[in-house]
Amino acid sequence: MTGPEDSDGAPASAGRNLPPLRLHVPEPPARPGESADFTHFDIPAAGSQPRPDEAAQPAEMREMAYGLIRVLDEDGRAVGAWNPKLPPETLLRMLRYMALTRAFDARMFRAQRQGKTSFYMKSTGEEAVSIGAALALARDDMCFPSYRQQGILIARDWPIVDMMNQIYSNKGDRLKGRQLPIMYSARDAGFFSISGNLTTQYPQAVGWAMASAARGDTRIAATWCGEGSTAEGDFHSACTFASVYRAPVIMNVVNNQWAISSFSGFAGAESTTFAARAIGYGIAGLRVDGNDVLAVYAAMRWAADRARANGGPTLIEHFTYRVEGHSTSDDPSAYRSAEESTLWPLGDPIARLKQHCIAQGIWDDERHAAMDRELAEMVRDAAREAEKNGILGHGLHHPMETLFEDVFEDMPWHLKEQQQQMLDEWKAAGL
Amino acid sequence: MNMIQAINSAMDVMMDRDPDVVVMGEDVGYFGGVFRATAGLQQKYGKNRVFDTPITECGIIGVAVGMGAYGLRPVPEIQFADYIYPALDQLVSEAARLRYRSAGEFISPLTVRSPFGGGIFGGQTHSQSPEGIFTHVSGVKTVIPSTPYDAKGLLIAAIEDNDPVIFFEPKRIYNGPFDGHYDTPAKSWAGHPEAQVPQGYYRIPLGKARIARAGEALTILCYGTMVHVVENTVAATGVDAEILDLRTLVPLDIEAIETSVKKTGRCLIVHEATRTSGFGAELLSQVQERCFYHLEAPIERVTGFDTPYPHSLEWAYFPGPVRIREAITKIMKD
Repeated sequence: MTGPEDSDGAPASAGRNLPPLRLHVPEPPARPGESADFTHFDIPAAGSQPRPDEAAQPAEMREMAYGLIRVLDEDGRAVGAWNPKLPPETLLRMLRYMALTRAFDARMFRAQRQGKTSFYMKSTGEEAVSIGAALALARDDMCFPSYRQQGILIARDWPIVDMMNQIYSNKGDRLKGRQLPIMYSARDAGFFSISGNLTTQYPQAVGWAMASAARGDTRIAATWCGEGSTAEGDFHSACTFASVYRAPVIMNVVNNQWAISSFSGFAGAESTTFAARAIGYGIAGLRVDGNDVLAVYAAMRWAADRARANGGPTLIEHFTYRVEGHSTSDDPSAYRSAEESTLWPLGDPIARLKQHCIAQGIWDDERHAAMDRELAEMVRDAAREAEKNGILGHGLHHPMETLFEDVFEDMPWHLKEQQQQMLDEWKAAGL
Repeated sequence: MNMIQAINSAMDVMMDRDPDVVVMGEDVGYFGGVFRATAGLQQKYGKNRVFDTPITECGIIGVAVGMGAYGLRPVPEIQFADYIYPALDQLVSEAARLRYRSAGEFISPLTVRSPFGGGIFGGQTHSQSPEGIFTHVSGVKTVIPSTPYDAKGLLIAAIEDNDPVIFFEPKRIYNGPFDGHYDTPAKSWAGHPEAQVPQGYYRIPLGKARIARAGEALTILCYGTMVHVVENTVAATGVDAEILDLRTLVPLDIEAIETSVKKTGRCLIVHEATRTSGFGAELLSQVQERCFYHLEAPIERVTGFDTPYPHSLEWAYFPGPVRIREAITKIMKD
């Protein structure tokens, strides 16, 4: 023993002759008023990542969890082993879905500011994560999204009027005004009911996938959470179950750098990547440029093929940036540098695919501008259509007594009694 | 059958009838469960339908919710009710609300089985009665059997039910009824009339109480192990009490309670769980609201004390014959 010791041989405690212990509390690189700097991010060149076989063992592909799968280079060319070589019509569909998602977000954000609804959450800058995934999956694969994957519904051609009805909680809302705006549920689109409780959908997706496997079905499940909520216990239990039962599930972590005001360091990003979490569970882990829709598509396709071939689960980290505030209730200028989004080194997912389509000779600026105008009008018209069913707080909602329905399959006596009491009270009050 | 065999038989019957029924939990598969409740099921139905899980209660229930969303009818086991808390978020925020928040698009037809209650020297974390936590949650049903016959019939009804059901099994009476006299030899279910359990399918509807003893002088509301303790104590006091075994706490059989209390004019509530905000408070409130003008004495409660469940002082804590007799005497004085 070389260190100081107590008389019984145990190391001496601090304060005698040792440096004091220090608690490390992470701090983001830039706060408001400071200049942002992303030079510490190691961004590998597009096309530099190898593409393992879909049947590769997780232990053989550890480097995939630390690299960054990128297809689109700085000139908008699709390069490397992960290039999915999609036909022009698919590229243009992707571009349109991403642009529609952004137009939808812009309109609904404004609707909230106009007082037409209580709440909204944009996905600006993260459109590729949803759209690339949705196009790589089969339509009957079940998605267990978090609240920032509205692009999946849009890519599955779910009517945007229906989405708006939900946001307005009006009489056309299929969820009968019970859910906070954007907590969609669309079983027919393979879009599981969104919960406010973070990452609860993770073990649920694994369970759905296990059920599909136990039944000898061919469908797989996919789920999404943000990097912040990987800290939830459900993330760990889901990874454990997915690994133990080799469930046909794709677990996506959308690392947009921010969990409300907390930078990703508070979820553990200073020490490792989120894709690297997979290694400890014996799960395939991929890390992807989340602003490169071709890379997202290729990684999702790889994981889906692997799952369908009984190769087990994949964890994919989508490296991206949350361009806007967390929600309409959030002001990011209170906790981060305003420069960040403009300096983000992976750019904008729509601009990058647009550049690629132009480089391919299948698109041009005029057509893009025309598409943006057309989508803005389409979203405006849909919003007008939805507003005919009512906006929040203006009376056109589901009948009050429906708030007691669907708690149980059949309404038990105590809910019937409370329902009647409510109606009697309103009647007595002359309302 | 004893209660374990009746519970095992209920799962066997339902797995045989419905290929969607799957059983999962810690040690439930190959080993057949730490209380033997799932013995033989994996051998009979295969590992795709009866399987061991990692030790993660939030995972067990979360995975079961996903299986239910797929279309299966999972019967997850939580090894002890004391260990259900890690799964509370999945039960309260997810299983209980899924039908409501999706307007019926997705449902959670789970039956969560879990041994509960004390009287076995289980100490703090093998004795708890957390039913009051679940009766407070809208969207789940809470069921507690007290006999082998009821355990099978209620469990079959719970598995068939399309709503999530918390099915608490009083482990003190798995192998025999318990009258509260801990210092006398344990009894078995052999020869007990409620231990005559049919081999095949039958169901006892949820939401219906059972009159364990008909009487005119006093209504006693209880469930689980306490039904037997109350029966025995009443027999010793000679008071003509009506004993209602509630069987289902949500939805509650309010008609049976109201009818009985209006007849007797007196009401005693007995449960093992701690007193403050326990289910007894809801029962007391319902009786007070509905039977106020029929009451001839204040409603009394005999419950566990507002302390964690102790080990060596178990019989001071347990609401046994002494405390129940004192309450009956007090309530009959007025």
